[in-house]
Amino acid sequence: MSAREIILARLRAALDPAPAPVEVPRDYRRDGAVDLDLLVDRLIDYRARVHRVAEAAVADTITGILPTGATVVVPPALPPAWLPATVTALPDDDLDTTAIAAADGVITAAAVAIADTGTVVLDGSPDQGRRVLSLLPDLHICVVRAAQVVANVPQALTRLAPHRPLTWISGPSATSDIELNRVEGVHGPRTLHIILLP
Amino acid sequence: MTRTFLGMPATAPAGVGHLRGEEPFPAAARRALADAQLRRNLGHATATIRAKSAGVIGEVPDWERLRAAGSAIKADVLARLPELLEQLEAAVTAAGGVVHWAADANEANAIVVDLVRATGSDRVIKVKSMATQEIGLNEALEAAGIAPVETDLAELIVQLGEDRPSHILVPAIHRNRAEIREIFLRAMPGVDPELTDEPAVLAAAARRFLRQTFLSTSVAVSGANFAVAETGTLAVVESEGNGRMCLTLPRTLITVMGVEKVVPTWRDLEVFLQLLPRASTGERMNPYTSMWTGVTPGDGPQAFHLVLLDNGRSAVLADEVGRQALHCIRCSACLNVCPVYERTGGHAYGSVYPGPIGAVLSPQLTGVADNASLPYASSLCGACYDACPVKINIPELLVHLRDQAPHPRGEAAVMAAAAYAMDHPALYAAAQRATRLSRLTGRRGRGLPPPLSGWTAGRDLPEVPAQTFRQWWAQR
Amino acid sequence: MRIALFVTCLADTVFPAAAKATVRLLERLGHEVVFPEGQTCCGQMHVNTGYQEQAVPLVRRHVRVFDPYDVIVAPSGSCVGSVRHQHAMVARRAGDVRLASRAESVAARTFELSELLVDVLGVTDVGAFFPHRVTYHPTCHSLRMLGVGDRPVRLLRAVRGLDLVELPAAEQCCGFGGTFAVKNADTSTAMLADKMRHVLSTGADVCAAGDASCLMHIGGGLSRLRTGVRTVHLAEILASTEQGGTMSERSEPVVAS
Repeated sequence: MSAREIILARLRAALDPAPAPVEVPRDYRRDGAVDLDLLVDRLIDYRARVHRVAEAAVADTITGILPTGATVVVPPALPPAWLPATVTALPDDDLDTTAIAAADGVITAAAVAIADTGTVVLDGSPDQGRRVLSLLPDLHICVVRAAQVVANVPQALTRLAPHRPLTWISGPSATSDIELNRVEGVHGPRTLHIILLP
Repeated sequence: MTRTFLGMPATAPAGVGHLRGEEPFPAAARRALADAQLRRNLGHATATIRAKSAGVIGEVPDWERLRAAGSAIKADVLARLPELLEQLEAAVTAAGGVVHWAADANEANAIVVDLVRATGSDRVIKVKSMATQEIGLNEALEAAGIAPVETDLAELIVQLGEDRPSHILVPAIHRNRAEIREIFLRAMPGVDPELTDEPAVLAAAARRFLRQTFLSTSVAVSGANFAVAETGTLAVVESEGNGRMCLTLPRTLITVMGVEKVVPTWRDLEVFLQLLPRASTGERMNPYTSMWTGVTPGDGPQAFHLVLLDNGRSAVLADEVGRQALHCIRCSACLNVCPVYERTGGHAYGSVYPGPIGAVLSPQLTGVADNASLPYASSLCGACYDACPVKINIPELLVHLRDQAPHPRGEAAVMAAAAYAMDHPALYAAAQRATRLSRLTGRRGRGLPPPLSGWTAGRDLPEVPAQTFRQWWAQR
Repeated sequence: MRIALFVTCLADTVFPAAAKATVRLLERLGHEVVFPEGQTCCGQMHVNTGYQEQAVPLVRRHVRVFDPYDVIVAPSGSCVGSVRHQHAMVARRAGDVRLASRAESVAARTFELSELLVDVLGVTDVGAFFPHRVTYHPTCHSLRMLGVGDRPVRLLRAVRGLDLVELPAAEQCCGFGGTFAVKNADTSTAMLADKMRHVLSTGADVCAAGDASCLMHIGGGLSRLRTGVRTVHLAEILASTEQGGTMSERSEPVVAS
């Protein structure tokens, strides 16, 4: 008998007599209108910095965030208009991790944002890139369109494709491991900027 | 061994892993209670997390409905566990992963050691995982000449301090910032000697210390919070980004997961991703959640192994009352509200699973006889049941397991005699009179004899009145 | 209304004052109290210590004794909790389905004192007088097993002369837990120490609760430390009046050694 057969046989024996089928009650909230102000409130509460600007002002906003000459990692299909001329772009044509880690920041789009929890979700689309891009630089600028914002977690899951590598981000890297107080800044980016477009 | 025997539900083997303590709970608790620093650290930390968690749970108008859904999904998982695991295996395999089955801790450790050896690496980076703690994977890796590096801050504190974890979520909860600073100064290579005890400074020290290790290690070992049977998607919920590092940077990822962590559908995550962060760290959402399905070309590890672990879970599943302990999503809410845990800390429980859930899960995984004192490590106050996001009725389970625990012979005799007397009113009345008499002698004496002396060590006994209620009633 | 008193073995033997107060209170409110003679103990100690089999005859006896009554009251959240949440389970485990269903029926008619007063009798002001500074410990089984909520506090607020002060960390267990206090005496004592610290911080001269067992525990500690704070059962406070005196009998612990 293989371990697989042994385990499955054990579990089947453990379930004899068969338990009654279970009906899952799904009367929790799924509906809900999107409240952009709530999203902003939740983001700020977890120490993300939020900029609400028109799409044409993204590059200027980033100019205000990153010093002139800063190096930024750029996923393959990031809208070029978002990039200010003041920064040095490092397009991800298979950048090695050392180069990514040495960059001053990274700019990505997002797949979904959740107002209820102050979360942005990246799904590895070409305007967001590989997971490592938004992980190693110490500063992450994430551009979210209002149309990508949903009210709650159930709505987010219906928009996301499970087979894509997903990263849910709620504020900068943090820990509660010291006396159970939340402290920002461990291994992930210590600074998170969200640029929220109409 | 016969095939029939192999296929019957089995408890976790002894001699490997960390499910059994070295001494009974009351003895270990007694020592812990005397540690004033521990008491203070735990009191502060649990009060902080209780307040935070209550705040964010209060924001959710449908919390009770989410709890009901979470509980029902888990009950459904257990009822269909074999088919869901086969479905998960097929989905992970189709997505480029390799699924391994481990009947117990020894098998799981051997599988992981072999997989790491095959990569040629002599080091693995680890995401905090209860399953790998349970099976003693670090010891097995070290014995094979492979260095396991814990990357979660609290696990790192425990590892550098040559300590043991004392909490499911925050294994170093028993340490305060000053103690953490001392551990870092003593044991963290290259640490800044000017290190202060500011939490942000301590976190930054861990960042610097681990960064190069993250970038240069080719194998990671993780646990899993959830695995979706229909899609083959794995999910790890974390805060610091060490999880993302381990799940993204290495070439090979090995995930060790208890079989009960499977959930049927993608949609089911919508319940648990609301319940878990609010119940565990008291956040609306934890900073990072990673989800991956098999292997994604060009992004993250290009080799993915999933180890499905039984190690006693089939024995838990076989108990119709006890199996609800397998609902547990390892949030630690029951620890944080438990008045016993708050005072004794996690080490007193012996097992890697401390607190109320540990008091019911550990004895079931090992067989009650191997953890016989744990079901009694509770005043049955019920705070854990109220706090549990998947509605595990821990008090009911404790009582259920006490019934299976081996009883001291003297106690059993007394309980039998008491039950007999209470079922015979004349004897009962005589016993009431005897209580009065013993009180009279007790007033001259030195309190109650063992094992009842624990009471009179710290409390006075009430004066038994001259007349019972029923005597008074009869004379009315 | 005709109300059967489930006195509980502890109140019967050690704290008859709480049981007598329950009788006086209900009679003062115009109800008839009866005391079914064959009652002994609900069996909670056996169930909670791991002796469910020995509890079966006690459950059977309890169900037989109380089945004839429409309304049953006990001055104990814990014992009502056992009747409501354990009796049917014990019967079912013993394979006695008929006993389980009778136990459920009895349980549905069994009330803790504050539940009876507020929900069944519809009264929060029972006309009591108790001129003391009182803090109230909600007791775990009343609070969480029965969910009595603020019923006891509403009753206490209506008592004339009573100065009710809030107990910090009121919802934390006092550390009694039946045999827990013996098997894990050190942990129990640590919990009791915190409970006493909170009681003393209120400046109350009386700590009240709806369970004699928890009061025995807290009172045993307060007495040992000679704090001068006494424990009083909710029923005794509610039974007290200007005319009848406010404390007919003392029920606090005495020095054991």
